[in-house]
Amino acid sequence: MVRTARCARWLSIGVLAAGVALGCGPRKGEGGAAAAKDPIRVGHFASLTGDTATFGQSADRGIRMAVAEVNAAGGVLGRPIEVITEDDRSVTEEARTAAQKLIQRDQVVALLGEVASSRSLAAAPEAQRAGVPMISPASTNPKVTEVGDAIFRTCFIDPFQGAVMARFAFDDLKARRVAILFDFKQDYSVGLADFFRKTFQQLGGQIVADERYTSGDIEFRAQLTTIRGANPDAIFVPGYYTEVGLIAKQARELGIRVPLLGGDGWDSEKTLEIGGAAVEGDYFSTHYAADSDDPQVAAFVKRYQEQNGQVPDAMAALGYDAARILADALARAGKTDGPALRDAIASTKDFAGVTGRITIDPSRNAVKDAVVLKIDNGRFRYHRTVSAQ
Amino acid sequence: MENLLQQLVNGVAWGSIYALVALGYTMVYGVLKLINFAHGEVYMVGAMTGYYTARALGFAQEPSGLGLAVVLLAAMATCAALGATIERVAYRPLRHAPRLAPLITAIGVSLLLQNAGQLLLGADPKFFPPLVASREALRFGALAVSNIQLTVLATAVVLMAGLELVVMRTRVGRAMRAVAQDADAAALMGVPVDRIIQLTFLLGSALAGAAGILVGLSNPKIDPLMGLMPGLKAFVAAVLGGIGSIPGAMLGGLLLGVVETLVAGYLSSTYRDAIAFVILIAILLYRPSGLFGAAQQEKV
Repeated sequence: MVRTARCARWLSIGVLAAGVALGCGPRKGEGGAAAAKDPIRVGHFASLTGDTATFGQSADRGIRMAVAEVNAAGGVLGRPIEVITEDDRSVTEEARTAAQKLIQRDQVVALLGEVASSRSLAAAPEAQRAGVPMISPASTNPKVTEVGDAIFRTCFIDPFQGAVMARFAFDDLKARRVAILFDFKQDYSVGLADFFRKTFQQLGGQIVADERYTSGDIEFRAQLTTIRGANPDAIFVPGYYTEVGLIAKQARELGIRVPLLGGDGWDSEKTLEIGGAAVEGDYFSTHYAADSDDPQVAAFVKRYQEQNGQVPDAMAALGYDAARILADALARAGKTDGPALRDAIASTKDFAGVTGRITIDPSRNAVKDAVVLKIDNGRFRYHRTVSAQ
Repeated sequence: MENLLQQLVNGVAWGSIYALVALGYTMVYGVLKLINFAHGEVYMVGAMTGYYTARALGFAQEPSGLGLAVVLLAAMATCAALGATIERVAYRPLRHAPRLAPLITAIGVSLLLQNAGQLLLGADPKFFPPLVASREALRFGALAVSNIQLTVLATAVVLMAGLELVVMRTRVGRAMRAVAQDADAAALMGVPVDRIIQLTFLLGSALAGAAGILVGLSNPKIDPLMGLMPGLKAFVAAVLGGIGSIPGAMLGGLLLGVVETLVAGYLSSTYRDAIAFVILIAILLYRPSGLFGAAQQEKV
């Protein structure tokens, strides 16, 4: 998809050059009209490959679907939107390079991305410095939007998500002894583990083991054996799906039968593919449930399925919402320059997204409900909603 | 106590994978005095071969002993061929060059395989099909040994015993030892040195291929860069055991696996990778010949 967009650009440059060479380039006067029809360029930096490839791919599908719908309805400001996607291979440092490329080479008016907080954090200073507004669809670590006033997100943040799962463990599962196994390399995982720990202890629960791993690890039996020795009622694993699947498998092999709990980093079909029977009966918090009976969600799921042949996960839904919020802000700003666009995004209020009503608060975060999904018979099933209030 | 035993089981299973890879390093070093840095990538190719073979032959859907055997043999054969080819193409032309040249070539081959892997197979991680349905095989109190860990251990032990047999009890093995001792003298005695060196690569690479399958079984995430870290760790294991020594590589691998597991289990997994390299530095400083290597005088 990326390649086609770029090819098309080179092709159009080639055609233009040929046109000029043949002496039939756009004459003066027509230039202005042509400029007005130029697409508005939006950059998306995403993990299309690597350890969290489904995050980037899903977000990109969601974004492209939203943009196609906006363009079909006439675009914004009389111009179509063009999405340019840059792959960061799920590598933190690459996210910064990808954002730089989009800003400098492609001159995008706004950036969408990333899903993983560490990568959003790597790219955000670039966007802030260039004055290009950036909307992260799904980075939940609080630090992301603290980078500056041009950085927004369309999802809730981890103090809330961590509290949701801590309460869920304490109230619903009646767990009093919980072990944590988190990814030391990911800001997302470290933050979520912190907020979970804090809330769970405030509720009167006990963290009986606090173990860590590093993204890319494949062997977790050592930490899991220590956790098994602490005899917990549940294990909180706020990681990304690749490691989560492996952790679940190795935990079950070691005879650990208690449920594993997680956050939105689990929200990928791959969790089911890798984890298989090992993740049955586990729970995680996320942004939306694809099996919700809300008519807007159902319609979105149906359209997405028709186009992509799979059920949209939360990253697809958030990508879709982020792109629509950007289009809405562009229309309200009436122009594409950074400060005006920034102010328009900041004043987003009660936007009806598929992941819930979105209002951007003064810290540039979206205040939204969370849902808890249960893995049941090889599928994600809606379990309950936890309100943001 | 049960936890400590469990950690030891985990460590031995994990270490047996290092040991299999370390054997290839040590054998090649034995005959050529070359650190074959492309060896970690041979292990990666083994895992990838297993993945594609299992899918092509339909073993990915249902666990079966036959499937495992076929996949294991396919990976070992492919890696043996790859190892022999690497030797022929990259190292043999440099046989009489200064020792630094083949070493740098080895790094080149390693990078070539990593990047070719990413280009041809994609950078995305792949998930190795469950050729063995995971279940508990043994249980003593809380100590649980899964059938996967047993399979890994048993396969590693059989392969290592087989290697020991080949090296100590066959003519080819004797020729290998002769080349390792003194290639020129061996040649004078009528040992076809080039063939023996190629055979050494072939055997070592087959073991790395098997290690790739075993890691696919027990830790089913594979990608084109997966050989990098285990390759380095296995090198550490080989040095720890005494590079050039076959029992040394086995012991070094197991020891490294156990130490890493104990560090991750009782200290913090953050130090797991660091510890391997601390061991390397310590060994090089205090006992450069390793646990099993005899201190040797530099030949003049």
